[in-house]
Amino acid sequence: MDVVLLSRLQFFLTICFHFIFVSINIGLSWLLVTIELFGWRKNSGVIYVGIANFLSRLFGITFVIGVATGIVMEFQIGMNWARFSGFAGDIFGTLLASEGLIAFFLESSFLGLYLFGRNKVPHGIHWLSILMVAIGSTVSAFWIISANSWQQTPAGFVIREGRAELTSLRDVVFNPSTIPRFFHTIDASLIVASFFVAGIASYLLLENKKIDEAMKLIKITIITGLIFSVFQLFPFGHNHAIQVALTQPEKFAVYEAVYETQSHAPLIIFGIPTTTEPGIMWPVKIPGLLSLITFGDVSATIKGIKDFPPEDMPPRIIPFVSFHIMVTLGIYFIMVMLYGAVQLYRKRLWHKKIFLKLLFLSIPLPIVASELGWIAAEVGRQPWIIYKIMKTGDGASTAIPASNIASSVVLFILLYTLIGILYVYLIRREIKRWT
Amino acid sequence: MDLNTIWFLLTGVFLTGYAILDGFDLGIGILHLFIRKEQDRLINMRAISPLWDGNEVWLIAGTGSLFAVFPLAYATILSAFYFLFIMLLFSLIFRAISIEFRNKESSQKWQHFWDRGFGLGSLTASFIFGVMLGNIINGLPINKEGIFASDIILLLNPYSIMIGLLILTIFTMHGGIYMTLKTDGVLQEKMRRSVFISWIAFIILYSSAIISTLIISPIMFDGLLNRPLSFVLAFIQFATTIFIVMAIKRNRFISAFVSSSLLIAATICLLGLSLFPLLVPSRIDLLYSLTIYNAASRPYTLFVMLIIASISFPLVIAYSVYVHRIFKGKVDTSEEEGY
Repeated sequence: MDVVLLSRLQFFLTICFHFIFVSINIGLSWLLVTIELFGWRKNSGVIYVGIANFLSRLFGITFVIGVATGIVMEFQIGMNWARFSGFAGDIFGTLLASEGLIAFFLESSFLGLYLFGRNKVPHGIHWLSILMVAIGSTVSAFWIISANSWQQTPAGFVIREGRAELTSLRDVVFNPSTIPRFFHTIDASLIVASFFVAGIASYLLLENKKIDEAMKLIKITIITGLIFSVFQLFPFGHNHAIQVALTQPEKFAVYEAVYETQSHAPLIIFGIPTTTEPGIMWPVKIPGLLSLITFGDVSATIKGIKDFPPEDMPPRIIPFVSFHIMVTLGIYFIMVMLYGAVQLYRKRLWHKKIFLKLLFLSIPLPIVASELGWIAAEVGRQPWIIYKIMKTGDGASTAIPASNIASSVVLFILLYTLIGILYVYLIRREIKRWT
Repeated sequence: MDLNTIWFLLTGVFLTGYAILDGFDLGIGILHLFIRKEQDRLINMRAISPLWDGNEVWLIAGTGSLFAVFPLAYATILSAFYFLFIMLLFSLIFRAISIEFRNKESSQKWQHFWDRGFGLGSLTASFIFGVMLGNIINGLPINKEGIFASDIILLLNPYSIMIGLLILTIFTMHGGIYMTLKTDGVLQEKMRRSVFISWIAFIILYSSAIISTLIISPIMFDGLLNRPLSFVLAFIQFATTIFIVMAIKRNRFISAFVSSSLLIAATICLLGLSLFPLLVPSRIDLLYSLTIYNAASRPYTLFVMLIIASISFPLVIAYSVYVHRIFKGKVDTSEEEGY
């Protein structure tokens, strides 16, 4: 394999792993803010403080892995993508630096206070510290998403003497895809955390342990899970798709497998992607629906894959498959949480053993959906490292021997496998220890 | 003073902040390898567990700022030291999870494994920082294109290994001094002794480093001799070095900690003064060196970054000081483990 492919592989592996912990924790931090707030109640407060104490242990473990694997990301851009860094540092670097200065300092400093300071500071300050952690992580995500979005829909710059030069910070930060992507990602993280905690709570209910706590947790997370799953379909996911259709039509055509440019474009509900044209076997279509949901008009024209220059097209199978599994999972999340909410309302939830089991087994699914969404977005951005400005291959470091990168890829796989196993082990242990 | 110079200074501030704060963290990690008693290890790790994460952000924010204001230096250094950075990242990851995982299990085997991870991770990380620094002082084989890569073997030359050991020693001394503040009794006595040992090692290594630099890279001193400030800084180095032992002998640990922080700051200032206006000297031809001008972002980015930094810096310092103050004083292990 060549240097570019190996660098991409390494970036793919390290960022997918990093994102697992980030997506759990952004959502979890907001859940903790809420639960700690319930801890102020006069009578039932104690139980919430107990719950928060337990969740904060899980949060601590997750956070450390998130930080440790996050440093890798910032360094890797310079290590493996030196020419991209040199070309776009004026802009991309500013966004990463802002993340560190404005957000990451905040979350890391207050995390220590939150985890270790319960008996050292007044209750209000302690609550403020988790609030700062939650705000810090969310703002942190904003800057990183803004940087990624700039690669997808670059704005606010000119190219002079072979380098991208900042002209408007506002246009860079709020480039056309930042806001849709930000809401889509944060909402995804809230779904991840809701399922994470709801899954743990159903495990506790199935095991007949910590029933009071588990009931409170499952109530909260089914409500949040339902709200955020519905929001994810509409407006957040929907808006993001419209933005892609407008700003990166090649990617959109690949997502929806639109081969010929057409009005009344059908929505493909199911299909088997192939390498032969038009690329989809046995499609199940709803005529006109794609045009309707994208542009609000059944007769709107959508540009097809055939009419773009082939050298500007991303690979077709990976984005199509990832995108569709993500959407399917998204619909599954709504149905699961809706069912749970109905049973909760009818006060029959704890009799539904099979449902609780399903909820427990669903813990990893929102994470899978998030990863698939990112895979669709990033593979769909190819062949560009900065859309229509710089090809991915032109951004890589040239002077590092492929063998060096190959060995670091192997080392990362080994280390991250170890960390992954330890993580699952420790989370299970913390649950056992609590009960 | 132009924006490029201001950012050169601010990069020094990041480096100093990181070296002082994560320096004691890393030093405590190195000392961890020499602590045998269970209870003492617990105290040692507890001394930094609420703080290390905030301290490490200085590295992240500093690297991010380097990326923004001197992107070509960022790209060159990170890709040139590819394998050193891989090793650094692995050490930092291992160290971080060791701190977090150690007390999650009560079995001895488990705890000893993570004790070692914490110690070795800190040791390697400090050493690699020094090796990188040594290579930068020595100059990198930068050609006209500016971007290159070096072999790991070439990067681990005797000079850079010596600088690696020097940094390791400074951090160990600094961490030892910090621990005298956080402990009492037998452990405190042990930490006091460690400061004396690392102090002697520091004197030997630092003198050898100066002599070797004179031989290998005499241009490092050109800048210093023409700038009177360097004599002031050298005096501060000298005075603080002497003061550290005096203060430790008299059990004035806070003064000792302030002096070793000042020592670190003065050393970085001297380094900056001798490099200025270079960021990374080229060994092939000084003309190819990366300077604060040819490696910098455009003025508008430098200006925007300055605004961002001047808004966030005071806030960062305010709440860092606040959090550090809450955890000041001797380590308390009476509470339930962990949280």
